Amino acid sequence: MIDIRDLNVVFGHGKHVFHAVRDVSLSVNRGQSFGLVGESGSGKTTVLRALAGLLDRVARVSGEMTVAQETLLRHRSQAFRRRVQMVFQDPFGSLHPRHTVDTILAEPARVHRLDRINERVVNALEEVGLDASFRFRYPHQISGGQRQRVSIARALITGPDIILLDEPTSALDVSVQAEVLNLLMRLKREHGLTYILVSHNLAVIAHMCETLSVMQNGEVVETMNVQQLRDHTPAKPYTKQLLTASLGYDRTAIDAFEEFA
Amino acid sequence: MENSNLSEPPLLSVEDLHVSYDTPTGLVRAVSGVSFELGREKLGIVGESGSGKSQTGRAILGLIAPGGQVRARRLEFEGTDLLTADLRTMRRIRGGGISMIMQDPKYSLNPVMTVGSQIQEAFRVHSKASRKEARARTLDMLRAVKIREPERVYKSYPHEVSGGMGQRIMIAMMMIPEPDIIIADEPTSALDVTVQLQVLAVLEDMIRTRGMGLIFISHDLNLIASFCDRILVMYGGKVVEQIRAVDLAQAKHPYTRGLLNCLPSLDGGQDELPVLKRDPAWLASPGTTP
Repeated sequence: MIDIRDLNVVFGHGKHVFHAVRDVSLSVNRGQSFGLVGESGSGKTTVLRALAGLLDRVARVSGEMTVAQETLLRHRSQAFRRRVQMVFQDPFGSLHPRHTVDTILAEPARVHRLDRINERVVNALEEVGLDASFRFRYPHQISGGQRQRVSIARALITGPDIILLDEPTSALDVSVQAEVLNLLMRLKREHGLTYILVSHNLAVIAHMCETLSVMQNGEVVETMNVQQLRDHTPAKPYTKQLLTASLGYDRTAIDAFEEFA
Repeated sequence: MENSNLSEPPLLSVEDLHVSYDTPTGLVRAVSGVSFELGREKLGIVGESGSGKSQTGRAILGLIAPGGQVRARRLEFEGTDLLTADLRTMRRIRGGGISMIMQDPKYSLNPVMTVGSQIQEAFRVHSKASRKEARARTLDMLRAVKIREPERVYKSYPHEVSGGMGQRIMIAMMMIPEPDIIIADEPTSALDVTVQLQVLAVLEDMIRTRGMGLIFISHDLNLIASFCDRILVMYGGKVVEQIRAVDLAQAKHPYTRGLLNCLPSLDGGQDELPVLKRDPAWLASPGTTP
């Protein structure tokens, strides 16, 4: 479904060059959830943005990307933009503060010249578990979890088969996170969606994904099956340490931490 | 709930603490009726956003925003009543007796002062040490928080250091006047997991060797359970449960249980996560009192 070969992303020029992603390759099957995990600055979000075509104006992107047999060009096709949607981390920053939920949801439908916009908006709200009363509210009038539901509804409006999720629950309380993760699981089942999920939280990745790549300093350290993660048997020392750190405060383990550069 | 050391009086006693704000839409009760004692131990306060955990920490130091009202039957630090203390006393206590580590070093360090001069300032405010002595103490402190090149970091500005290093600098600054209590409000939430744990290890060493009390405020139940000795679980401005960290798995309150259950687990399956169902009765019942 999604194939990325030798992706490189370079920001800046001359002395200020920053090589954010180095030779990253990954492939995701239809209906799969693929996890990209790493610490801040590892390049995981950059991979996602490069795939979505959000970086072409600000960075040099090279490599080959294919989505459903379509080779991606610098200017993404209308079909690609319709079938691939994105949900961002911060539900406070990603919804227009002066647009109502209705306007926010109708916009992608209008851009793609879809019919029955009214019906689609109501349906999308229902899909994400919000009743019609939310339709004419502004983002500041609803909670963080509800905003993230609106972001998901906006992604669903165009009828996509791939959703790129960039830390979709890291700004939420854990009880709200559980609701949003359940919602994402249900939507995937019902619509046969394919996900790429970026997160720094190994537990979220273990819960949601079948396969995952661990990134560090712009490179993929290792790609593994989720079972390997659950059995605590990653191959690379970097991943082992990340896993240990995710299990909580353990003084002897911390004193044995190494620096990975 | 027993204290870690019964023979010693507590460093801090909080009894029936209330924090409320008068807003155009009515009175908002951020904290209502919180009571606890702190000894030389690591006490965790856990809760979701809006539970009142940060407001509790700030009320102790009198750092509630203008418009907020603080009431308590008792708010006492080593025999001093913090509610009636005059400004001079409070100035001495802030930093010297109780100090606070905030969440994000990017916002809590002065961007136009070098790291060294702001740590030194924290020291000189609370002692009569000479400039030279303060500099030596500052460098010692930077070494104590495991900063490898203290001389270089001393001369650098906050934007030149990483997040993890910034938070170690904050710890150094808060520790240098040798307070008895540290209140740490989400001190490592902005950091990567491995760095987070390393910073906590530094904090733990300082607290143990100096015999201080720590109030560790966080939304991360797992982290608190593995780092602290005792946990207060807050919900809607109340302490709904007090429990020893090792007993967390046997928590009784439905809210604590709900928080534990709704976390996705590394080893678990991909079944639907149990969703926390909030019961209005949790807010009506008085919090468990020690």
